[in-house]
Amino acid sequence: MAQAFFGGVHPHDMKAATNEKAIEQLAPPAEVVIPMSMHFGAPCTPLVKAGDPVKVGQKIGEFRGLGAPIHASVSGKVKAVEPRPYSMGGNMMSVVIENDFQDTLSEEVVAPADPDALSVDEMVELVKNAGIVGMGGATFPTHVKISGGIGKVDHVLINGAECEPYITGDHRTMLERPEEIIGGCRYLAKMFGVDKVIIGVEDNKQNGIDAMNKVIAETNAPVVVEPLRCRYPQGGEKQLCQAITGKQVPPGGLPSNIGCAVFNINTTCAIYRAITKGMPVVSKIVTVSGSGVMEPKNIECPIGTPVSLLFDACGGLKDGTYKIIAGGPMMGMAQYTVDVPVGKGTGAMLAFCGKEEQTVEHPQCIRCGKCVAACPVHLEPLFMYQYAEKGMVDELNEAHVMDCMECGACAYVCPARMHLTQMFKTGKQLVKNKAAADKAAAEAKKAKEAKEEKEAVNK
Amino acid sequence: MTDYKNLKLIATSNPHIRSNETTRSIMLDVIVAMLPALLWAVIWFGMKALTLTAVSVIGCIFWEWLYRKLMKKPQSVGDLSAVVTGMLLAFVCPVTTPYWMILIGGFFSIIVVKQLFGGIGKNFVNPALAGRAFLLGSYAGVMTTWIDAAANKAPLMGAAADIVTAATPLAYMKTGDMEGLKSVYSVADMFLGKTGGSLGEVSAALLLLGGVYLIWRKVINWQTPVAYIATVAVLSFLFPKSGSGLDWMLYSIFGGGLMLGAFFMATDYATSPVTKKGQLIFGIGCGLFTVLIRYFGSYNEGVCYSIMVMNLCVALIDKYTKPTRFGVVKSDKKEAAAK
Repeated sequence: MAQAFFGGVHPHDMKAATNEKAIEQLAPPAEVVIPMSMHFGAPCTPLVKAGDPVKVGQKIGEFRGLGAPIHASVSGKVKAVEPRPYSMGGNMMSVVIENDFQDTLSEEVVAPADPDALSVDEMVELVKNAGIVGMGGATFPTHVKISGGIGKVDHVLINGAECEPYITGDHRTMLERPEEIIGGCRYLAKMFGVDKVIIGVEDNKQNGIDAMNKVIAETNAPVVVEPLRCRYPQGGEKQLCQAITGKQVPPGGLPSNIGCAVFNINTTCAIYRAITKGMPVVSKIVTVSGSGVMEPKNIECPIGTPVSLLFDACGGLKDGTYKIIAGGPMMGMAQYTVDVPVGKGTGAMLAFCGKEEQTVEHPQCIRCGKCVAACPVHLEPLFMYQYAEKGMVDELNEAHVMDCMECGACAYVCPARMHLTQMFKTGKQLVKNKAAADKAAAEAKKAKEAKEEKEAVNK
Repeated sequence: MTDYKNLKLIATSNPHIRSNETTRSIMLDVIVAMLPALLWAVIWFGMKALTLTAVSVIGCIFWEWLYRKLMKKPQSVGDLSAVVTGMLLAFVCPVTTPYWMILIGGFFSIIVVKQLFGGIGKNFVNPALAGRAFLLGSYAGVMTTWIDAAANKAPLMGAAADIVTAATPLAYMKTGDMEGLKSVYSVADMFLGKTGGSLGEVSAALLLLGGVYLIWRKVINWQTPVAYIATVAVLSFLFPKSGSGLDWMLYSIFGGGLMLGAFFMATDYATSPVTKKGQLIFGIGCGLFTVLIRYFGSYNEGVCYSIMVMNLCVALIDKYTKPTRFGVVKSDKKEAAAK
């Protein structure tokens, strides 16, 4: 078994609620709200306007710079193009589509005649047009990762760690659609020109490992499944690279710096569908779970489905639900409304009504050092907290706050219930502000000097 | 169906779940770990051990409550850290200490050492040890009177003037009188706690039991106590004052407050380094100073002062034992140093 990384925590995985429940298809929603930002990078520009008819898979948002296109997930009529709440907080320009329940497939979706005969460039183009992004939640555009990594990458890793508690979407995919995963791996191996793809899976999903191994044996695929020790954040991209290859990504670097490229399980499935059927990303598997949900389930729904429909499909919420989270409990984002839609990176919707949130009124650090032992980036959260609290920006920067990936392991383990992760988000902003102010001051000084010089010359 | 419009939702930063361990649960574990040694103290020294500990605990809680109340700060008695300090303070005093004296010790521990520096986690020396050092400096006679528990138990009330006293093992060791020591206390006596000494320090066996419990519960790391005890063991084995190295080593590690200090004092979160590497260095330093004080100092016992001296080095140790951040490999560091 691959040795895990240094640090991390081991929360109760809470996966028993949904890991034996097959993925259900949601009854088609009457309306979907598709936000124009579901990827890492600038938001897309809408290509449709109110009143336009759209079909499933039709491109409705085009990206600029770093990003991925966005497609209609249902057929019907565009009702509005307006800002709506979305899961990353605040409002985002969204295309609202009224479903005609016909599921008419767009003419833009064309399956390649012979997927296995495609060149690498053609495959990357298909991935790009399909709007595939990292489905694990980071939502980094996949075609950028592939085209940027070709030639540099000798380890292609598939991230099946699914280390966040509650989430079981990837696990169910391994059980129900192993051939899509392995098929996607084949194409990835071809694109990167490697002879082996490694799937890293935490060892609490033994039946998932077995299901994939069966398909690998049957199809003689160039894929190896590597069981990993259960440890949060095993599914962090850099932690996975370390666990499998033993190499560490340098600070501020990307996995490609050490010759690795990491793809999520469902990203791999999306790549498979894009290359074999030309199908863009129009649906998402969401684990709906948590103490506030009547009947937890794994649900596949069109992108843009309002979250309230997911909860309705699970029997509604219990009284006293005080928190709704898009994503896992460690890194997910708390929502202030259920009017947000499912995006490409929404792997889970959790509702809590129990004692998950354990805050104390006046937390005080007892210096136990448990946060230091838990930090997978090997930082010292307790000192960073003090610097951030006192606004000591230079010290904060020297403590490498910018390396913090906000995984929440330190705050999870803190017996004093300090708001560590929250403080580091603030602290990072302080460092950024200071850097911007310093830069502006330096430029102003330079401009002033240039002006004085000019005046001196004029004299 | 659910009325989504009227949900009262909290939107806070991640993580949204927390481990079950709290400051209070940790302190409770420490208290549980000290109970076997306290039980032995009651059996060996008499009921006074229990009443003195109780007075010390109540005193510490009272001082903490009073300070927070007077200063209009949020009340912190509930975290049980004052209970731990109170127990530890009683553990490091002779069982014959008068009740009023331990209340003064508690005042010094809680108010002067702990609260004036900002409360839990902010003190820079161990409160219980500082309280003992203060009492030793102020009432040296009482603080160095050791009852002969085999001959008589400690009286519950009143002066301890007419009790039979005995020399502690460390007093014999100070003069290098190994023959005299062996004739009074066997190694088994030392291990089980049938000797003279402070209230809670005598039974090495039960303190070891408590210490193992704390390591098992992941309240403390093994680094500090193991490094501490091993350093004392190695040094005393190599440089016995008299007798064989093995004998000298066994009496050194079972005698005095070493077990109590190594498991319960040196591991105090606020006054020990935060990294495991730092804790190892801290433990070695404690061991070194303990042996030096026992050999060359004017006191018989060196555990209290050695830990306090090392407490003062914690900021320094923390500075030089920072973990290497993720992604920086050794060759990178060398390159950076070369530049």
